[in-house]
Amino acid sequence: MTNSYLTRRGVLKTGAVAGAGVALPTIFTAGRASAFTNEPMGGTVKLGFNVPQTGPYAEEGLDELRAQELAVEHLNGMGDGGMLNTFSSKALDGTGILGKKVEFVTGDTQTKSDAARASAKSMIEKDGVVMINGGSSSGVAVAVQGLCQEAGIIFMAGLTHSNDTTGKDRKRNGFRHFFNAYMSGAALAPVLEKAYGNDRRAYHLTADYTWGYTQQESIQASTEALGWETANNVLTPVGAGDFSSYIAPVLNAGVDVLVLNHYGGDMVNSLTQAVQFGLRDKQVNGKNFEIVVPLYSELMAEGAGANIKGVYGSMNWNWQLQDEGTKAFVKSFGEKYGRPPSNSAHTCYVQVLLYADAVARAGSFNPCAVVEALEGFEFDGMGNGPTTYRAEDHQCFKDVLVMKGAENPTTQFDVLEVVEVTPRAQVEYAPEHPMFGGAEATLGECNSGA
Amino acid sequence: MFGLNPRDTRFLLIVVFLTLATPLLLQPFPESSGLAQFNAGYPDLMQRFAIFGIFAIGFNILFGLTGYLSFGHAAFLGVGSYTVVWMYKLLGYNILPGLVLAMVISGLFALLIGFISLRRSGIYFSILTLAFAQMSYNLAYSVLTPITNGETGLQVYSNDPQVLMGANAPTSPHIFGLVMRDSVQLPVGDWLFTFNIGYYFCAIVAILAFYISLRIFRSPFGMMLRAIKTNQTRLNYTGLNPRPYTLAAFVISGIYAGLAGGLLAAMDPLAGAERMQWTASGEVVLMTILGGAGTLMGPVLGAGFIKYFENIFSKINDNVLHAWFAFLPDGLENFLVALMHPFVGKGWHLTLGILFMLVVIFLPGGLIEGGQRIARLFRRRPDSDSRHQPKPAPHVGE
Repeated sequence: MTNSYLTRRGVLKTGAVAGAGVALPTIFTAGRASAFTNEPMGGTVKLGFNVPQTGPYAEEGLDELRAQELAVEHLNGMGDGGMLNTFSSKALDGTGILGKKVEFVTGDTQTKSDAARASAKSMIEKDGVVMINGGSSSGVAVAVQGLCQEAGIIFMAGLTHSNDTTGKDRKRNGFRHFFNAYMSGAALAPVLEKAYGNDRRAYHLTADYTWGYTQQESIQASTEALGWETANNVLTPVGAGDFSSYIAPVLNAGVDVLVLNHYGGDMVNSLTQAVQFGLRDKQVNGKNFEIVVPLYSELMAEGAGANIKGVYGSMNWNWQLQDEGTKAFVKSFGEKYGRPPSNSAHTCYVQVLLYADAVARAGSFNPCAVVEALEGFEFDGMGNGPTTYRAEDHQCFKDVLVMKGAENPTTQFDVLEVVEVTPRAQVEYAPEHPMFGGAEATLGECNSGA
Repeated sequence: MFGLNPRDTRFLLIVVFLTLATPLLLQPFPESSGLAQFNAGYPDLMQRFAIFGIFAIGFNILFGLTGYLSFGHAAFLGVGSYTVVWMYKLLGYNILPGLVLAMVISGLFALLIGFISLRRSGIYFSILTLAFAQMSYNLAYSVLTPITNGETGLQVYSNDPQVLMGANAPTSPHIFGLVMRDSVQLPVGDWLFTFNIGYYFCAIVAILAFYISLRIFRSPFGMMLRAIKTNQTRLNYTGLNPRPYTLAAFVISGIYAGLAGGLLAAMDPLAGAERMQWTASGEVVLMTILGGAGTLMGPVLGAGFIKYFENIFSKINDNVLHAWFAFLPDGLENFLVALMHPFVGKGWHLTLGILFMLVVIFLPGGLIEGGQRIARLFRRRPDSDSRHQPKPAPHVGE
């Protein structure tokens, strides 16, 4: 039944067809000349907003998108201008960026590196964006940052808290405004010391992936520096839903602090179950049992409800701050959407403005010029006090907020209260810190895609 | 030609033509028109069409021919990707060693999983393969983090050994100097066509993969696989042991999946664990059924459809909708936007789901059947004979 009609004519025909097919793409040699990837030619410039619209972080993605839309409005001179009025740099004047009207495209990262990269690639290849902003997970941020580096455009990270983003995976074309796990640890430690003392035994439950590891490492290091003891660290699968089998052993471990290195829905579930197990009413070693959630977000706090009362955590920014920048941003966000912005929305909004401002100061959309303008850039009026984009690793250094679950919240939006604004000096570290890839980590060369 | 009968040769040539002309065919709308949103002729998506086409073709060899429904094919996809990225890290950016090794390793992996899973058939087989794939995913996500870099995904760093990398070698995936990312852009009037080296590489591999699958379909081996699907018990009674055949089909489709995974990493040097997740395994099942299981072209069409929805529909947001309907009075505009809102952007899953249901209910043979029905409408002389002949019974997958 096997057919084999190998004839001379057949082979010739095959060869000719195959040859023609292979040669087809080479007859076109004309290309568009541009100085760098996606150089904006007309009267508009496109930005790409790549956020999770489906999956576990969809809520945060939606809030990021709101903020990004608002930022574009403000850049184009619509609305009340928001933080443009309080921003220390005055290079932006509400006429778009360098006179070009700002447009944007959106994409869905699905909180998966693959999907995020596919979506980012289509923005770069199809829509011709010059900058990508957004995201709500460190895995996605690292993946998209790598892509932007290869393609020669700028990546302004959204919510990404892992040390790796500006640590061992740092890239010249990528910038992070959000704080990181190390900063959380450094900011939380003194507050925890004051509240809970120096003699504590901690038990860690850690989300079993890169972000969880770096956060656990950071918190362990900074609490052990206080004199705390780390009894155990148990890894839990992401999206487990039921944490009771992980929490039950905590009861008899002889520990008096539980650290939940979880985020999003996982944190809501694990905290709720820990409270249901009566951990917070327990007395161990003559001390009250305490729970710590190193990374907080408004949406998590909303989900955890009353269980969050009195639990410490840290944040990049909160809408309840009273500086001018925050007030301006909360006002224009609230007027447009009827709710206060979350801290992921804030970081995305600020990142868009920072990018636009860097372009305006550099006088060019060329990524290398933008990188130069952003490196070592010092600014204020964006809600975090005086801030620096460090040149060595493209991490923003600014004050960090230590938060606590409010005892008597009045609305669903003020379930967290600011305990302390940890000054920037306290959370600074050397660029070649071992938790950040050590001396081996480099930014590499800037890539403009030319 | 090619050891095929004239009809199949014509079919193959049509496929070759369609594949090579994809950059032109997928760019039907002028850049400045509002419909440019629906253009799909950019390198990344075209590469995905070809790659997931290969994945679905391979899956169809197992599912379409033997009827064994594997829910774990994404595991091989992931293995292929990880292999290729590791080859970048160890040897250099030439994609050839990685692709070859990806096929070998995924083949071995398929041999292992197939050997165990194929002891059962039907739903038990599906569950076993699903279990293996989820196991691989969870291993890659956490336990094997030193090898896979966990959630962040495996990437190439500048301090990796890359022993075969020459001084002037390109710093992104290439094959003997032809860089995958390079493209030639050709503006014709208001149209812009992009001819990408990576796409053409994938396209040539896809054509080869299609050709091999065509030969398998027409071979005695393919006949044997169909016999297994039709009635395995009867095959047993005739004294034939079907296991070696199913195992061979499983390994072949595993190799296809490994190749597809390798190509994914060849186009974009990153391998993430979620490539192995059960949703990815389910996706290829959807592709195959949507296009038409057991047909040659169906799975490729299905793959194209799903990837198109994922990449084009998910990017239509409210702003785009408002721009489309801007000519209408405000109230009507807002109404229409509100009406369409759930189906685009983040709602692309919903649109795809509805489409999938419609296809399964009204076109059990998939999109291919739809095409055939349309072709039949336009045929000048309906052969009245076929109406009175018994129709072949549809199988489980149809």
